[in-house]
Amino acid sequence: MESASITSSGHSALERPLLARLPDRLLKYGLTALATSILALIVYFFIRLVGEAGPAFAKFGVLGFTFGNDWNVSANHFGALPLLVGTLITSALALLIGVPVAVATAVYVTELCPRRVRGPVTILIELLAAVPSVVYGLWGIFFLAPKLQPAEQWVADRLSFIPFVGGGLVTIPNYFITGLVLAIMILPIVSSISREVMSTVPVDHKEAALGLGATRWEMIRTAVLPYCRTGITGAAMLGLGRAIGETIAVTILIGDAPQLSNHLFGQGYSLAAVIANEFGEAQELHRSALFAAGLVLFVLTLLVNVAARVLVMRSSRSKRPKRSARDFGESDTAVGAALSR
Amino acid sequence: MSTDAHMLERFAVSAKRRRRDRLARSAILGATAIALIPLALIVYYLLSKGLGSWSWSFFTTDPTGNTFFASSSIGGIKSAILGTIEIVAVASALAVPIGIGVAVWLVEYGRNSRFAHTVRFFVDVLTGVPSIMFGLFVYIVLIIGTGSSYAAYKGAFALALLMLPVVTRSAEVVLLLIPGALRESALALGAPRWRVIFKIVLPTALPGLVTGVLLAIARAAGETAPLLFTAGATLKSGFSLNGFMNSLPIQIYTDVTSATTSVVNRAWGAALTLVVMILLLNLFARLVARRSSVG
Repeated sequence: MESASITSSGHSALERPLLARLPDRLLKYGLTALATSILALIVYFFIRLVGEAGPAFAKFGVLGFTFGNDWNVSANHFGALPLLVGTLITSALALLIGVPVAVATAVYVTELCPRRVRGPVTILIELLAAVPSVVYGLWGIFFLAPKLQPAEQWVADRLSFIPFVGGGLVTIPNYFITGLVLAIMILPIVSSISREVMSTVPVDHKEAALGLGATRWEMIRTAVLPYCRTGITGAAMLGLGRAIGETIAVTILIGDAPQLSNHLFGQGYSLAAVIANEFGEAQELHRSALFAAGLVLFVLTLLVNVAARVLVMRSSRSKRPKRSARDFGESDTAVGAALSR
Repeated sequence: MSTDAHMLERFAVSAKRRRRDRLARSAILGATAIALIPLALIVYYLLSKGLGSWSWSFFTTDPTGNTFFASSSIGGIKSAILGTIEIVAVASALAVPIGIGVAVWLVEYGRNSRFAHTVRFFVDVLTGVPSIMFGLFVYIVLIIGTGSSYAAYKGAFALALLMLPVVTRSAEVVLLLIPGALRESALALGAPRWRVIFKIVLPTALPGLVTGVLLAIARAAGETAPLLFTAGATLKSGFSLNGFMNSLPIQIYTDVTSATTSVVNRAWGAALTLVVMILLLNLFARLVARRSSVG
């Protein structure tokens, strides 16, 4: 090397020549552009979706479309209320059935089970996530729904005094079956995030509870569950997001009837199912109405997911002792990875 | 006075509390068992119904589109298997470099900047978007936008969008696990940043990256909704990315709606094939993850 460390041009000799610095610059700006393009893509999608949904919204009004109780393809009249209600009922059922079971599995795996069975039980529950939506639909419509139909009819007859639940003829595809299968489908994600959140409960809290003489269950009830409340709520919301957006299994199981069913065991429709089922042969206003249904679905899942993420992040962040900025990033992404599963 | 016994009596867990503890524990155990019942039932039905329709010709003939006669004339699922493999391969070729690229940017350049947090947030938003919306998006851009019809590469685009956030998020976690000292020592030896990324960071993270990618592929392979209005459905095997292309989920979805038993049996056979493919990917991903030192 030269003896002088400063060259005539005023640059350090250790500095790389311009050409050698080029790949570094290229990589940096290339990757930044890539990251930016993801943002641009989502924004662009939203704008285009609004554009395509425009004619339907213009004809019926945004509120008139969203809450209009008439989805009639042959009359070219579109109100999304039956679809919205179908989506909400089935997702609510999925939460009602799925979340308690999922949280129980998480409690079992983190607090109660022998170390030996922890791994196998976790893997088995994760396997439920590996089954494709269409296979759930196939299994639901050809096995579960016909098998459960007599039981459902029995319940509907016995509880005929309760509005919405009782009375009426139980069809094979119905809201309840859809909710039940959705509950199975959201179980792995709700369970795995609950597990993640429960593993952040400080051992001190649990030992303190046990030391004060609490039984295992009292320890879970007083130390574990209150600590995880926000996180479990977030996990449930995330499951709700999945249930709302679930398409193919719902299309197969809900009966695809554009009506407001007056009871739990009746046929209905959902926002995602209507798109899957009708988009293929839709024209003009009908197609625009389906895009509008997609927009309603998109906004709904967006709200639910953002709320869920805020809850999960807050619960995994606030309760831990203060840490460096770098660590924050890591705990963020660890939960983030669990979320994206 | 036996105060000791008295004290013990006071501190002992009462029968009521013990009963409640036992009840709660068995309820939790019961709920866990209930969670596993559907898995057992699905596996049982897939095997008992699916294996019955498996045969050599099931895998080597295209579906005929004939849905009214005996099982010999309805054909197999060859075009569906080939289509799924091709579409998912193209989708991975698109999503993996972009997804890992964004993850590298997040870890190496963006870090904790406000913009990086925004990108992270939007990637998470993408994870929550219902899969059918990706189909609609590709429909708007590539079918309405170009005025052309369904094509295999459009289906691949939709699946790539679906895979992207999964790949990015899992890659980010793995890249964060690479010790900073490794990067710093390479930089101190005079290596430029891009060489550090390509020669040190990515090779060290490779097994973890592979695991994430395999799981993303497994997820994409089972998706029906994004393919409905992008790749279309067809009977014949073909490799042209410009034409309609069949796929396993679409084949199952079409067969489910049939009233003919033999066609429904084909759906079971196809479902078993799909689940076996996905489980193999999952198994492979776990093996890679176990062998890796990082991640």
